[in-house]
Amino acid sequence: MKRGRVAYAGAIHEAYPEGDNVRLADGRIRQEHEVVWLPPFEVGTIFALGLNYAEHAKELQFSSQEEPLVFLKGPGTVIGHRGVTRRPAGVAFMHYECELAVVIGRTAKNVRREAALDYVAGYTIANDYAIRDYLENYYRPNLRVKNRDGGTVLGPWFVDAGDIADVTQLELRTIVNGTLQQRGNTRDLVTDIPALIEYLSGFMTLAPGDIILTGTPEGVVNVNAGDEVVCEIEGLGRLVNVIASDADFGRG
Amino acid sequence: MFACADYLIHIEGDPLPRDVDAQQALALLSSDAGCRAPVTGAVYGTLLNDRAALLALGDTMNAAPYKAPPKAPILYLKPRNTLAGHGARVAIPEDATGVEVGASLGIVIGRTATRVSVEQAFDYVAGYTIVADISVPHASVYRLSVRFRARDKFCVIGPTVVARRHVADPDNLTITVKIAGRPAFVASTASSVRNVATLIADVTEFMTLAAGDVLTLGVPHGSPVAQAGDEATLSIGSWAPLRVSFVGENARDGGQP
Repeated sequence: MKRGRVAYAGAIHEAYPEGDNVRLADGRIRQEHEVVWLPPFEVGTIFALGLNYAEHAKELQFSSQEEPLVFLKGPGTVIGHRGVTRRPAGVAFMHYECELAVVIGRTAKNVRREAALDYVAGYTIANDYAIRDYLENYYRPNLRVKNRDGGTVLGPWFVDAGDIADVTQLELRTIVNGTLQQRGNTRDLVTDIPALIEYLSGFMTLAPGDIILTGTPEGVVNVNAGDEVVCEIEGLGRLVNVIASDADFGRG
Repeated sequence: MFACADYLIHIEGDPLPRDVDAQQALALLSSDAGCRAPVTGAVYGTLLNDRAALLALGDTMNAAPYKAPPKAPILYLKPRNTLAGHGARVAIPEDATGVEVGASLGIVIGRTATRVSVEQAFDYVAGYTIVADISVPHASVYRLSVRFRARDKFCVIGPTVVARRHVADPDNLTITVKIAGRPAFVASTASSVRNVATLIADVTEFMTLAAGDVLTLGVPHGSPVAQAGDEATLSIGSWAPLRVSFVGENARDGGQP
């Protein structure tokens, strides 16, 4: 089952796909652009993986790591489907990252990899923007790069784990202004989902609503104000986002 | 909404925090009751905001992997599994010889703070608290493993949020960490690279802080290391101190964090 969360007519609703439209929990059917899309559920702790696709790591010229490169993001960076993300004037390289997001469904502590998928409630799509101009080498990637307002797009749907036959064979694509720019497959994850859950739950407790953004494949290019960025993952849908300028945000 | 008129304290077992005067807060604490963290928002830690910490890094800041001194504030998350309250028992990981007990001023945000100027920064502060920002000691601050800072109960907060009106100068507060049987560790918020207002301004330039969020001013350089069996008392100014005890990993109490 696919579930979303939208704002419509003064309230927040659970919503479901209805052909090309959306059906609200109260029965109303509306077009996709008539509602405001929120992140599909209340997000807990946000884990993100750096360099978790071999080809992308090569693209950014990194050698292999001793343990997964995990960093954390705050709740303020998250926006929903069809949201708008600001590109500061004067930066040289801002790029999207299409990622499979794993949603934890049960409290998890010291979980072995054999049992790890029992702790997964489902999946969604993440577009985890970065502005490389702001990279500094302290607690890298630093939050000014990775935790900006509107820099983490989630949705449109939360998809039950049971609806995905094989999460290790999902194709990811990013299309910028209609041109396919990024392509990968979850079979190429350096550290796979069970190993990530085993690793994280080995030193901390995971809780329902926590999400793990599993990293992005190769094919990141710069985006500019006005660009439409669409991230697609097989079986999960398509997540749309638009880049806006400083002027749109009242910044001179 | 997040507001603090006086001293906000959340006694374990109470459904909600209480906002009480100083005497009542002390009376509540004298009963030896445990507390929950008096805040529930996101907690952002600030790294290398102490002049002594930068001095200690010295020339290495210009060498690989850092290559340059830090420019923007360097922040990290203390996720929800790390939050605990006054009286918490924190497990020392089996593979660590101890944990660093960083005592930081916690700036508690009172209203949505986006692109806040230095001049107006204090309008966005509801109050202050003590944050025991616990970490497994680590030499490099380049690419940090979350296992050093994000373990369960590695962020003990409280016992109270002290309303802003009770704190005349947050940039000149004495910080003390006492571990039984050792000389006290003493530091001051005055040695910060960015003071409270500048930090709020520089952080909210690129990310919004929400009501109830906590931004730490940063842990002073040279914070003491605690072992299993130790009890640490963290103080800022004359506020009610924060107590944390440390146990071996196998002695961890079985309850949910």
